[in-house]
Amino acid sequence: MSGSGTLKIPATRNRLTTGQLPRFASLYTLGVAFVLAAAVMGLIGFNAFGLAAFTSVFYLILISALSTAIENRRKAMDRFVRGLVTVAFLLALAPLVSTLWTVFSKGIGIISPAFVFTSGGSPTINPNTLEIVSSPGALQAIVGTLEITGLATLFSVPIGLLTAIYLVEYAAPTFWLRRVVNFLVDVMTGIPSIVAGLFAFSLFSLLVGPKAFSGLSAAVALSVLMIPTVVRSSEEMLRLVPADLREASYALGVTKYVTIMRIVVPTAIAGLATGVTLAIARVIGETAPIFMAASFTDAFNGNPLNGPMQTLPVMAYTGYKFPGQDIALSNDQAWGAALLLVALVIVLNLIARIIAMIFAPKTGR
Amino acid sequence: MSKSVNIKDLNVYYSDFMAVQDVTMDIAPRSVTAFIGPSGCGKSTLLRTLNRMHEVIPGAHVQGQVLVDGDDLYGAGVDPVTVRRQIGMVFQRPNPFPTMSIKENVLAGVRLNNKRIPRATAEALVEKSLQGANLWNEVKDRLDKPGQGLSGGQQQRLCIARAIAVEPEVLLMDEPCSALDPISTLAVEDLINELKDSYTVVIVTHNMQQAARVSDKTAFFNIAGTGKPGRLIEYSDTTTIFNNPVQQATEDYVSGRFG
Repeated sequence: MSGSGTLKIPATRNRLTTGQLPRFASLYTLGVAFVLAAAVMGLIGFNAFGLAAFTSVFYLILISALSTAIENRRKAMDRFVRGLVTVAFLLALAPLVSTLWTVFSKGIGIISPAFVFTSGGSPTINPNTLEIVSSPGALQAIVGTLEITGLATLFSVPIGLLTAIYLVEYAAPTFWLRRVVNFLVDVMTGIPSIVAGLFAFSLFSLLVGPKAFSGLSAAVALSVLMIPTVVRSSEEMLRLVPADLREASYALGVTKYVTIMRIVVPTAIAGLATGVTLAIARVIGETAPIFMAASFTDAFNGNPLNGPMQTLPVMAYTGYKFPGQDIALSNDQAWGAALLLVALVIVLNLIARIIAMIFAPKTGR
Repeated sequence: MSKSVNIKDLNVYYSDFMAVQDVTMDIAPRSVTAFIGPSGCGKSTLLRTLNRMHEVIPGAHVQGQVLVDGDDLYGAGVDPVTVRRQIGMVFQRPNPFPTMSIKENVLAGVRLNNKRIPRATAEALVEKSLQGANLWNEVKDRLDKPGQGLSGGQQQRLCIARAIAVEPEVLLMDEPCSALDPISTLAVEDLINELKDSYTVVIVTHNMQQAARVSDKTAFFNIAGTGKPGRLIEYSDTTTIFNNPVQQATEDYVSGRFG
C-alpha cells in the first residue's frame, strides 16, 4: 500500500476470481465420455444400455476430476451431484419412454378409421372368396371405456367432493366422525383393484342374479377405487384456499354455505378439476375389476345396464390372452387398444391442464 | 347508521385458555377507538369478539356481554350472520377475492347475501364505495380487472370499500396498515378520518403514532406474562393516554420504556 491514502485498484487480477472451466465444459466432457464409452463397447461388445451406463460413469469421473483440478472442491462437488441427479432423472424417464415407444410402434399399424369406428365381431366367411374375414374394430371397447369411466366419474365426483368439503369445512379436527371418515378413506385408497371388482360383482350378483355382468357394475367397481382419490385430492385443494378469504366472506355477513359455494370452491376450481381428471386417468386403465364386473365381449353393447361390455384395457388383455382364430390380428388389436388407451389418458391430462389454466385465479393488471 | 358498542365484563376463551379477562368499556357512535398493546395481549381477539368472528376458530367462546345499541351480541338466539352484516371488518392482510374483478369484489357483500339489485344501483354503489375508500380515481377505468392485480395498498382500500358497501353500523379494523407502505398508510388514515363521520370505527394498531393520529379514544391492553390473560389497563381520551396516562404501565408502553 502506498502512503498517499488513495485506494489503488490493482490492474492485474481481480482478487475475487477463482479458476473456472470454460462455458460448455460439461458438454465437451460428455462428448469425451461418450467416445470413451464407445471405445469400451468396441472392446467388449456393443449394447445400448452399456453405452449409456459407461458414458454416465466416465462423465461423472471426468467432470469431477477436471473441476477439482481447475476449479475448487465445492464446485467439483456441485458438478458431480448435478450429473448424478441428471442420470437419476434419465434413469427414471427411460422405462416411461420405452413403454410409450413400444405401445406406439406396435399399435400404430392397426390404427385406422375402420379400427376406431367399427366394432369387431366374430370372423365371418366372405361368400365370394370363401375367405375368413375378421373385423378388427375397437368401437365397442371405446364406447365401453367412455361409458364405464363416465358413469364412475358421475358417481365418484359428487360423493368425493362433498366428503372433502365436509372434512375441510365442517368437521372439527377432533370430531369422531371425521376420524372415522379419514380412516375409511385411507383404507379405501389401499384397496387392491381386484377386491373392488369382486365387491361389485358379488353386489350385482346378489341384486340381479347370476351372470350379472354389466357396465354399471364395472362403474361401481371403479367408483370404489376413484372416490378415495377424489376425496384426498379435493381435500388438499380446499385446504390450500387461504383462511383469509373465508374470514373476509364471513365478515361481510355471508353464510357458510354461500361462502363455500361462491368463494372457496371457485378459488380452488382449477385444482379440483385437475384432481378429478387425474383420478379418471388413474381408473380408466383398470383391467381386473372391469374384467370381473363387465366381463368381455366382441359384440357392440352400448347399454351399460345389461350384458357384458368391452373396454380398451380388457381388450388389450383378452387380445393377448384369448386370441381369436387369427392370432396375429388379435395381438395387433391388443396393441391398438393399448395405444388408444394411452392416447385417451394423454388427452385427459391435456384437458386437465387446459381447465387449470382457464380457471386459475387471474392477476392481470 | 353508526351504533354505540358497550362491552361488559367480557372474558374470551380459546377452549380452556382465557385469552382476555374482564374487559368493560363503552365505545361511542361516530368515533374512532384505537386498541394498542404488545403482541399477544388479546387486542385482535377482543376486536374479533365484537362481530363474533372469533367463533371461526374452533373452541373459542366468551363470557359477558357486548351490547350494540343495547342489543346483546351474545344473547340467546342471536345469529352471528346477522351480527356480521351490521359490523364489518377489515383484516391485517388485504384479502380481495381472487376469482372476482374489482367491481365484483365491491359488490361481493351484497351479491353473496343474495340481494338482487338493479344494474344502475349496483354501478352507483360501486362508485360510492370506491369513492368512500379513496380508490375510485385509481381504478375507475379498470373495474372489470381482477382485484388481485392491484398493489397492496390499493387492495387494502378495495377491502375497505367492500366492507363499507354493505353499509355496516360499526367497522372493525385489525391492523389495517401493517402490510402497507407509508403512502398507502396515509391514504388509509385519511380514510379513517372520513369514515368516522358515518361509522363507529374500532382499530387495532401496533403503531402508536397511528393511534395518536387517527383515534379519539385509546385503550391500552397488557399481559402479565406468557399464558396469562390480556387485560384492559387503561381506556381514556387519546390525548390523555399519550400525554399523561394514569397507569405507570401505560406510560412505560407509550414512551417506549418497558418493565
